[in-house]
Amino acid sequence: MSGFDVNKIRQDFPMLSNGIKMQGHPLVWLDNASTTLKPQCVLDAVSSYYTHRTSNSHRGDYDLCAEMDREVEKTREIAAKLIGAEPREIVFTSGDTDSLNLVAECFAKEVLKEGDEILLTEAEHASNVLPWYRLQKECGALIRFIPLSKGGRVTIDNVRASISNKTKIIALAEVTNVLGYLLPTKEIAALAHEVGAYFVVDGAQSVPHKRIDVKELDIDFLAFSGHKMCGPTGIGFLYGKYDLLKRMDPYRLGGGMNVKFDVCGTASFLEPPARFEAGTQNLEGILGLKAAIEYVSSVGFENIEKREKELKQYAVNALKKTGAVTIYNEDSEAGIVTFNVDGVFAQDAATYFNSKGIAVRSGQHCAKILNDFLSTVATIRASFYFYTTEEEIDALVEAVKTCKGEYLNAYFI
Amino acid sequence: MPISFELTPEMMREIIMDHYSSPRHKEDPKVEGCLSIHSSSVNCIDDINVYLKLDDNGKVTYASWNGVACAISTSSSDILCDLLIGKTKEEAEYLIKQFNSMIHEEAYDDSVLEEALAFKNTSKQAARIHCATIGWDAVRDLLKEEK
Repeated sequence: MSGFDVNKIRQDFPMLSNGIKMQGHPLVWLDNASTTLKPQCVLDAVSSYYTHRTSNSHRGDYDLCAEMDREVEKTREIAAKLIGAEPREIVFTSGDTDSLNLVAECFAKEVLKEGDEILLTEAEHASNVLPWYRLQKECGALIRFIPLSKGGRVTIDNVRASISNKTKIIALAEVTNVLGYLLPTKEIAALAHEVGAYFVVDGAQSVPHKRIDVKELDIDFLAFSGHKMCGPTGIGFLYGKYDLLKRMDPYRLGGGMNVKFDVCGTASFLEPPARFEAGTQNLEGILGLKAAIEYVSSVGFENIEKREKELKQYAVNALKKTGAVTIYNEDSEAGIVTFNVDGVFAQDAATYFNSKGIAVRSGQHCAKILNDFLSTVATIRASFYFYTTEEEIDALVEAVKTCKGEYLNAYFI
Repeated sequence: MPISFELTPEMMREIIMDHYSSPRHKEDPKVEGCLSIHSSSVNCIDDINVYLKLDDNGKVTYASWNGVACAISTSSSDILCDLLIGKTKEEAEYLIKQFNSMIHEEAYDDSVLEEALAFKNTSKQAARIHCATIGWDAVRDLLKEEK
């Protein structure tokens, strides 16, 4: 891969270059679907807010404030460019969950009428299920689940079979967080629009890993979390088509989003995106997000996709060779391997891996209705990013080999 | 002369494996009139019910648990039931207090803990402490409610 040197890249990440240990072993970070490590440039950007740039945005007549305004708008431009949107279509939020709640509360709630249908799948994360459950109660709308294929994939045929004139919202993760299957996004958007439905995409697991163009895909809304793409926690954005954002009432009211208000109780609000950004924004987070997007873009999405594909294949092959695991998503696109060590409860295996310094996620991964589909109560998820190495996967594979015989040793030795 | 010995890691492992692979008290209640409490965890998959029957003198005559649980919560809940049967409410509360102190690396009375001593080192795996205490905390709350 041209210009891609994983060892050089790893030097950019203090959690990798500082010799961090867990349980006396060098840290093996395989929980990237949960959150990613942060490069030094992101840390520097965050701390620069406190060391060089402290000020509020929109709220002062001095240079520092004007510079902060410029940084915020520059970040909005960079975020828009990342996904092929216009800057005015990017609303800063605390992350993916906040973004999905914003769409549900301020858009869908207005649009949905009794008897309308919301289409989800059983593979969705809690953040793309629970806000819709609430609407089901509040608006009398009905949630229906698009059946997954035998392996766990959302197919265009199954979407076609589920969609009808009653469908008003289709809300799906572009890449699912447990199995890592990629949606036929563009085709679903076209089907949705044919029946007058809106397509809400949870981009938490896709935007950090692949090139995405919301205009080409014709997505109506896209939710994103910065921390899953080397950014700080607590910052993300919602993309919405501008005419849709304009139809939405604000979520939170306060400073920075109003035009004027008077003693009679009347108030008028700014146009989007400012309408949805009440109060002082997460300015350190916005600076960090800008650095993260610039950093990841400089690594290159072609490189990232190619690298993750290699790592996924390597992990699947090596894990299969142990003969000790059941893998649930061998053919999914993302750098996520979901498995169980045969005969060992997922959490017990994860604790054993922890005792070897390996961080993986176990349990239901916030997708609590998927496990019925998989016919298991819990799974282990190892997830990779461009800085993951084959050696780290080897460490996991070695631990898998001894897991069944030794897992309780985690508590004693 | 009293014989004192330390449980070796092998012994602890054997105790936990034994109660995990063949739990004695993992069942829906077999007697009428049990008190019951539900407990689940956000950190682990554990989702269990614990059942207790007290006689007129406040003595535990029956204890069981059932549900979905990992190795640590299975064995610790099972050992708990073993130890509870035959104890008065006060003795049970004392036992649970000692167990919790041990788990959280505080001073404790090891004379009452018997097989539960196998969980002495659970604090090594900070993320799993709750698995060892889930049944114990549930019974503590149940007894508190009964007062």
